Amino acid sequence: MVGEAVSGREEVLSRLRAAVAGGSAPVPVPRAYRREGPIDLDLLVQRLTDYRARVHRVPEADVADTIAGILPTSATVVVPPQLPPAWLPATVTARTDDGLDNARIAAADGVVTAAAVAVVETGTVVLDGSPDQGRRVLSLLPDLHICVVRAAQVVAGVPQALARLAPHRPLTWISGPSATSDIELNRVEGVHGPRTLHVILLP
Amino acid sequence: MTRTFLGMPATAPQGVGQLRGEQSFPAAARQALADAQLRRNLGHATATIRAKSGAVIAEAPDWEELRAAGAAIKTDVLARLPELLEQLEARVTAAGGVVHWAADANEANRIVTDLVRATGSDRVIKVKSMATQEIGLNEALDAAGIIAVETDLAELIVQLGDDRPSHILVPAIHRNRAEIREIFLRAMPDVDPALTDEPAALAAAARRFLRQTFLTTPVAVSGANFAVAETGTLAVVESEGNGRMCLTLPETLITVMGVEKVVPTWRDLEVFLQLLPRASTGERMNPYTSMWTGVTPGDGPQAFHLVLLDNGRSAVLADEVGRQALHCIRCSACLNVCPVYERVGGHAYGSVYPGPIGAVLSPQLTGVADNASLPYASSLCGACYDACPVKINIPELLVHLRDQAPHPRAESAAMAAAAYTMDHPALYAAAQRATRLSRWAGRRGRGLPPPLSGWTAGRDLPEPPAETFREWWAKR
Amino acid sequence: MRIALFVTCLADTMFPEAAKATVRLLERLGHEVVFPEGQTCCGQMHVNTGYQAQAMPLVRRHVRTFDPYDVIVAPSGSCVGSVRHQHALVARRGGDERLASRAESVAGRTYELSELLVDVLGVTDVGAYFPHRVTYHPTCHSLRMLRVGDRPLRLLREVRGLDLVQLPAAEQCCGFGGTFAVKNADTSTAMLADKMRHVLATGADVCAAGDVSCLMHIGGGLSRLRTGVRTVHLAEILAATEAGGGPERRDELVVRT
Repeated sequence: MVGEAVSGREEVLSRLRAAVAGGSAPVPVPRAYRREGPIDLDLLVQRLTDYRARVHRVPEADVADTIAGILPTSATVVVPPQLPPAWLPATVTARTDDGLDNARIAAADGVVTAAAVAVVETGTVVLDGSPDQGRRVLSLLPDLHICVVRAAQVVAGVPQALARLAPHRPLTWISGPSATSDIELNRVEGVHGPRTLHVILLP
Repeated sequence: MTRTFLGMPATAPQGVGQLRGEQSFPAAARQALADAQLRRNLGHATATIRAKSGAVIAEAPDWEELRAAGAAIKTDVLARLPELLEQLEARVTAAGGVVHWAADANEANRIVTDLVRATGSDRVIKVKSMATQEIGLNEALDAAGIIAVETDLAELIVQLGDDRPSHILVPAIHRNRAEIREIFLRAMPDVDPALTDEPAALAAAARRFLRQTFLTTPVAVSGANFAVAETGTLAVVESEGNGRMCLTLPETLITVMGVEKVVPTWRDLEVFLQLLPRASTGERMNPYTSMWTGVTPGDGPQAFHLVLLDNGRSAVLADEVGRQALHCIRCSACLNVCPVYERVGGHAYGSVYPGPIGAVLSPQLTGVADNASLPYASSLCGACYDACPVKINIPELLVHLRDQAPHPRAESAAMAAAAYTMDHPALYAAAQRATRLSRWAGRRGRGLPPPLSGWTAGRDLPEPPAETFREWWAKR
Repeated sequence: MRIALFVTCLADTMFPEAAKATVRLLERLGHEVVFPEGQTCCGQMHVNTGYQAQAMPLVRRHVRTFDPYDVIVAPSGSCVGSVRHQHALVARRGGDERLASRAESVAGRTYELSELLVDVLGVTDVGAYFPHRVTYHPTCHSLRMLRVGDRPLRLLREVRGLDLVQLPAAEQCCGFGGTFAVKNADTSTAMLADKMRHVLATGADVCAAGDVSCLMHIGGGLSRLRTGVRTVHLAEILAATEAGGGPERRDELVVRT
């Protein structure tokens, strides 16, 4: 199979080379679009809310209480290895991901993570798999995701977000809870990913 | 079309995949137009998405600048596609992925089938992907005894309904909620018989149905929206989370990607991640976008294969005018604004690529002769060009392809005669008089002869005037 | 100003009233209209049907005929669109670079009627009188190829006695599309049906547009259904005054299958 794949490579490349017929000068790209903008936290809240994320603006000291208010007493959450312990209320049972199997993760009532970046204009949070965010599966299988974002992580737009992110990390851009537009092209929240998304925005 | 000349641009082979319809566009359209439910569903859905998309595009003050950048990036990509693909291959390989090259649908299907077989699994989960539909991967896997489970809600509706996709973004756009409920009740195992037609209830039914499949299937097949040559990063843009499931849970991930999906730099994503959601689902940002580079130890699939697909793209690339069809980022904005698509739906186009983009892409992938009626499936109204986030001049391409299409002999003769007449003013004036003679020659009450009779079937033709303009002018 | 009339083959042969009205209107506004005799057809039908090579002599003829004039007007967005966006392309593909640059030059001097009036002559009130309820269909090529924008509406709003009503979904194609209406007659008819539904919903007596081709299509449908709604070219409305000169009432359209 490897041998055939190599011949496929030569075949495809030579076809494409013949098709472009030597024309390989880079084409200039006009980048007159916005690359700067105000970091408007109120607008971020509005955009997050618009896509049905629930937003809580609290000081860091109140994160645990906020989470306690979101989750019922004795709920089980999964958390990434280096989530700040002070964020977790005593009322919930936290399972730290030390290689949890998928069934355990899926059985949790929720997941709490930090974030890498948040984007004002689009109401997006981005996770990059850092130790306070964890493996991608953590924020995928539980039905409720609580994401804690620091104001310093907020950027105005998509260009600024990409500039802050490291391409080689596994990245998940999240804009509201799981949704679909597949039925009559109307947005309906809640398909395979978490059906509830809370964003706790710290100063 | 057989590959006669090794290494030269080639169209997609016949007998595999879904790029050619069984009947001509006019014939297929005629059937579709008779389906009142289809027209109502399409009219409702396209009007909804036009309004949503228009609203979020109006929010972006730099929309035109983004379009210009997007178009220029794609032009650049096509101009130096071979080197960008080699760069992508090197980066993906360095990050622990394996890159495969498929000259056509048959090769791609064989590569993917062999990779799945090597895992020992007889089932794959799939993220919605135009490329794998184009090559007929599900059918090829089925022939090899491998079940392909479509996990996108609309794809699931199509698969369970034993139907065909009719839209790039929303393959089940031709179905309304009541029809979807019926399909689920009929074909979804263990479905709650009390299922309602509320969209939220239908989505929840799909969630329940697929959850175990996600957790127990060791291989996934995806497409890709973008691949960054500079970093080796792949991106999949989605809504439901089925993409995240497929890209995260299995041990093996196989991504099949048309060669034109590569972008040069990481920074280029800043353009397309703004253009695509606003143009396609009418959102500022789609719910989920996943990006990965090769394999990440301890997170997600530990085996990653990238299959780079030609299947006719080299032939499109070889046409300097036609190649702009390869700019397409599969947003389907052109479908949603097209008055033809809105009335006939996607099936009439025969190919997995329907609508205006399909009318210019499919004939180029297959060779125009194999899809000769598609370039004519447009009134050249231009709405598609205005809507395209990467500024593909679809009307220009349609006219370009019509010039290459095989023409009916009678039409060619008539066109040649018309051109000759119009290049000779005396003949032209005589022809005008002949038109007027038909006033007295008993055409009254009769339609025009075929092929023009199609027009007079639904419309009255005016009487020729008593005097042409130039006759009037000459008398002044 | 001396203005050359590019009458278009369809207006010349089938709808001379629109062309005559253009002449009357421009002369009333104090301009000299000339009619270059050698003109026939711009070749759009050939180009759009896939016969670019056959269109070459027609492009050459058009360029030769109109090159001597500084300002050229046509009562058709579609034909001006062809002159502006297709002629140079056809010439270039045909390998005639010199013709292509002459075609570009002619295109730069060619205007659709509402463009000429508003941009070149600087008028919106042309002194017209047309006491009817009118809805305006913008036609695709005027709207999207030429970007005439609201110029026709600005002209219509100044017409005394005219009750202008907005056409719903105005920007949607009527389904004509030249040979599209023949090759895809069923789809074209479906598009026309919706256009007619919107026209009728306005309660207008007159559906106006800047292209006789689209008007022939819409008018043919409205006539078949005996709706009583007339189609009238923009030029005919603008040429009409209290002193007369309004559009001739053409009898019912007649050819049926």
